Amino acid sequence: MNCELAQTTVHGYFDGELDAVRSAEFERHLERCPECQTALEGIESLRTLLQQSNLYEQASPHLRERIREQLAETSSAGRLPPVYSRRWFLVPTFGVLAAAAAVLAVVFFVLQPHTHAARITAELIDAHVRSLQPGHLTDVQSTDQHTVKPWFDGKLDFIPPVSDYSEQGFPLVGGRLDVVDGHSVAALVYSRRRHFINLFVWPSRNKETIFETSGSRQGYNWIMWGSPDMEFCLVSDAASGDLRGLKDLITR
Amino acid sequence: MLEPQDRIRFEQLVLPHLDSAANLARWLLRNRADSDDVVQEAMLRAYRFFERFHGGDARAWLLQIVRNTCYTWLEKNRPSEMMTEFDEEVHQLPSATPETLAAQADERQRLMLALESLSPRSREVLVLRELEGCSYKQIGEITGIPIGTVMSTLSRARERLQRTLTSAAVKEAW
Repeated sequence: MNCELAQTTVHGYFDGELDAVRSAEFERHLERCPECQTALEGIESLRTLLQQSNLYEQASPHLRERIREQLAETSSAGRLPPVYSRRWFLVPTFGVLAAAAAVLAVVFFVLQPHTHAARITAELIDAHVRSLQPGHLTDVQSTDQHTVKPWFDGKLDFIPPVSDYSEQGFPLVGGRLDVVDGHSVAALVYSRRRHFINLFVWPSRNKETIFETSGSRQGYNWIMWGSPDMEFCLVSDAASGDLRGLKDLITR
Repeated sequence: MLEPQDRIRFEQLVLPHLDSAANLARWLLRNRADSDDVVQEAMLRAYRFFERFHGGDARAWLLQIVRNTCYTWLEKNRPSEMMTEFDEEVHQLPSATPETLAAQADERQRLMLALESLSPRSREVLVLRELEGCSYKQIGEITGIPIGTVMSTLSRARERLQRTLTSAAVKEAW
């Protein structure tokens, strides 16, 4: 008993890195191979242990502040192209305005997504937990994106992008309406190895913002990101790597 | 020198990944004070090199710079750590022997020590995969490991961590 796959392929399978054919092949093998089954359980419990032990070390507010100051210094110390300096000299109010806009931009882009995210993610996680109550998961239950997408028609003032990712291991389960931060949002439900993943979608409030934040709270992982049109948030108790994988598919 | 619009792009695309940068550096250098300095330096480098970033995966691009800055720092300040590279078994850190691990009442503390006892190269793939949720492609991009080798590197790293934790559990049972 010394299965070679227990050392290699099982990891690729667990991490969702095998293509559909190799994945199916391995699943057939897995049914008959106790060694691979043990290995799979082992890496699964190792991941759970690592992710639930609060090991992720975020940047401290102090470091964040230091970096912000440093970037500001670097920018102002550097030479601006002459054309800018000349214009700024001739029209001082423009310079002041531009400086104020730059400060606002920093405050907005750096601070806003974080406070925004903190407040909204708490609500989104609540919405995710609520959806797991019996009968609350979906209003329209279908694995067909062409059934789910039209269902939202007329119920929201925007059209969420709906795709099924069964082939990549994230089958679409259905959709429902939810309310977050006082606004109606679309919630799409995907499944991943017996875990449910909620994808919340709403129109971007600020068209310029592109951001991404992620984290975990109360045992749920989340990734939130914004494009110029829509903002998205994935919430689930599935592994954060799985969420990342689904996010990559959505943004592809 | 970056144009003002590049600065805004930097703040939109790169700065949101500061947590990822801090996490990777913390685990590579194994303490917060050193890693904060290195992250600051890496951010400055990223800012200076930002002109060379032509779209794509901003997090992987930043983490690659963070990692390189960490390794340069380690080579300069703790060259011995870089030497344990291929000899994990022999050069186990005194802080992470089965005895000290078993004595840790706190699960998180025990896990931290076990993770820190791995070589930097095993540690980084584990942190990138399990804590940061990177795909193999992203891990390859960040660490420079050929993508075909990421799976086996990760497999060895997981096995080592499991073994360290198990041997601690055995000691504890005694």
